[in-house]
Amino acid sequence: MSAVISKKLVDEIAHLANIPLSDKELSSITAAFDETLQVIDNLSEIDTTGIEPAHHTTGLENIMREDVVDNERMFSQEEALSQAKKTNVGYFVVPRILHND
Amino acid sequence: MTDLNKLTLKKAQKLVAEKEVTAAEIQQACIDQIKEVNGKLNIFLSHLDVPVTASEGSLHSLPIAVKDNVCTLDFPTTASSKVLEGYRPPYEASIVRKVKEAGGVILGKTNLDAWAHGSSTETSDFGLTLNPRNPDFLPGGSSGGSAASVASDTCIIAIGTETAGSIRQPSAWCGVVGLKPTYGRVSRYGIAAMASSTDSPGPIAKTVEDAATLLDFMAGHDPLDATSNPAEHPVFSNSLNKKISGMKVGVLYQDLKGLEEVRPYIDAASKVLEDLGAEVEYSQALDPHYAISVYTIVQRAEVSSNLARYTGIRYGNDRSHFGDEAKRRIMLGTHALRKGYADKYYLSAQKVRAKFALDFEKLFKKYDVLISASSPTLAEKIGASEGSSMFGELADMLQEPSSICGLPGINVPCFRDPETNLFLGLNIVAPAWREDLVIQFGDAYEKATTWNSWRTND
Repeated sequence: MSAVISKKLVDEIAHLANIPLSDKELSSITAAFDETLQVIDNLSEIDTTGIEPAHHTTGLENIMREDVVDNERMFSQEEALSQAKKTNVGYFVVPRILHND
Repeated sequence: MTDLNKLTLKKAQKLVAEKEVTAAEIQQACIDQIKEVNGKLNIFLSHLDVPVTASEGSLHSLPIAVKDNVCTLDFPTTASSKVLEGYRPPYEASIVRKVKEAGGVILGKTNLDAWAHGSSTETSDFGLTLNPRNPDFLPGGSSGGSAASVASDTCIIAIGTETAGSIRQPSAWCGVVGLKPTYGRVSRYGIAAMASSTDSPGPIAKTVEDAATLLDFMAGHDPLDATSNPAEHPVFSNSLNKKISGMKVGVLYQDLKGLEEVRPYIDAASKVLEDLGAEVEYSQALDPHYAISVYTIVQRAEVSSNLARYTGIRYGNDRSHFGDEAKRRIMLGTHALRKGYADKYYLSAQKVRAKFALDFEKLFKKYDVLISASSPTLAEKIGASEGSSMFGELADMLQEPSSICGLPGINVPCFRDPETNLFLGLNIVAPAWREDLVIQFGDAYEKATTWNSWRTND
């Protein structure tokens, strides 16, 4: 079967998903994409006329709770920051996304 | 008393309650067994070094192995991915809290396919786990570590999670009991989310009785998981030791290509149920190959959304640390949800998913439970998953229809190959919220046969 997906498209998807890829990975993932897309292509064989898409299958309906603050579940600032690689005066440090130049 | 690690949960509870042995002795026996086998089998990523005491409760400080995608305060939680290497969650999963409140002790954290993406435990970033029944073979996955822990008697009982086969398939390949509850029966709070519309945590155990006993503690409404069922659940251990005579069983998937190896043993298992008085009939269901497609699309789509949170900013490492399998799944899901592609993939998958739900509705008008093989083959050789991006989906084909519909199911051993020492499992599926039926049938089958090695020790 011929390729149904191009390297260029896979590269675009990697960018959308924020996944850094090497050239070698780009080739192997493109091949894997092809294999997967060919397997899942059979869905069009099933007649779904008049069928509503399933969003939940066990019959439960919306379950709401009161919109109140539960102090017991809150992290202290120290706990919230405890697993971060980079912090500064009680804040998370994030990569720069705006550049001056 | 020797070999305390080999006790079933039931027997261990009794011996500790009667003060015949202490929980510390049982924990120590499991720790000794871990030290004996873990270097070779790579089942535990972290574990206790010395026995500890838990709160009072009927689990009596007995040791429970927990899959490493479940958040624990006492151990790191990595989901077997380098993205979370060394992560210490500042909170714990509701199921961990529940079993600890019932007196259970978390013995350690077990290996899995990274992010539970897979059916071999070969895609773990921390090395593969070997099948304790025969180390040339895979344990299955993604709860391969928990199933291997039960099979190697390195714990008394274990906890796994299933999205489509991840409890039942490794339980089948390791020759143990695995119970996947109805979606929403057990809280998902504090578990690294994979596919949020199908993830179901459940027990992996030495016997059906043990699985039912632990499920009684794990199940129930959790205000922290808005998809958990607010209804009271029945006492699952009340479904043990009940007759199945007069009840109706549908046998599925026996005429599928590729099931030649397992077919005769499922025929034999059907005969056992018939001899117990059940009315057994071979039946037809929607071809599970379509469920592979539904599952693949829905699962990848949910993965791409769930794994978007791992940025390495608040915790863990950045996105360059994802392994190949996670990268593939995140990207395929991103593609399936893109503008211009979502109708073709995601929407049609959800429609076919609804067709499967209707198909089961029809089948359960005729049958109390449905049975099939748990996996199209016995355990595969080490290396089988490499180079096949659809390995898991094919290995889990027989579980996927019930998983995408949220139904409960159980794996019970139904054959042991005397040459390889590998096992095959029988998969029993019931309507939503009827775990009682899979327990009743699983228990009746287990007690009528000799495949369960722990039962015969009792």
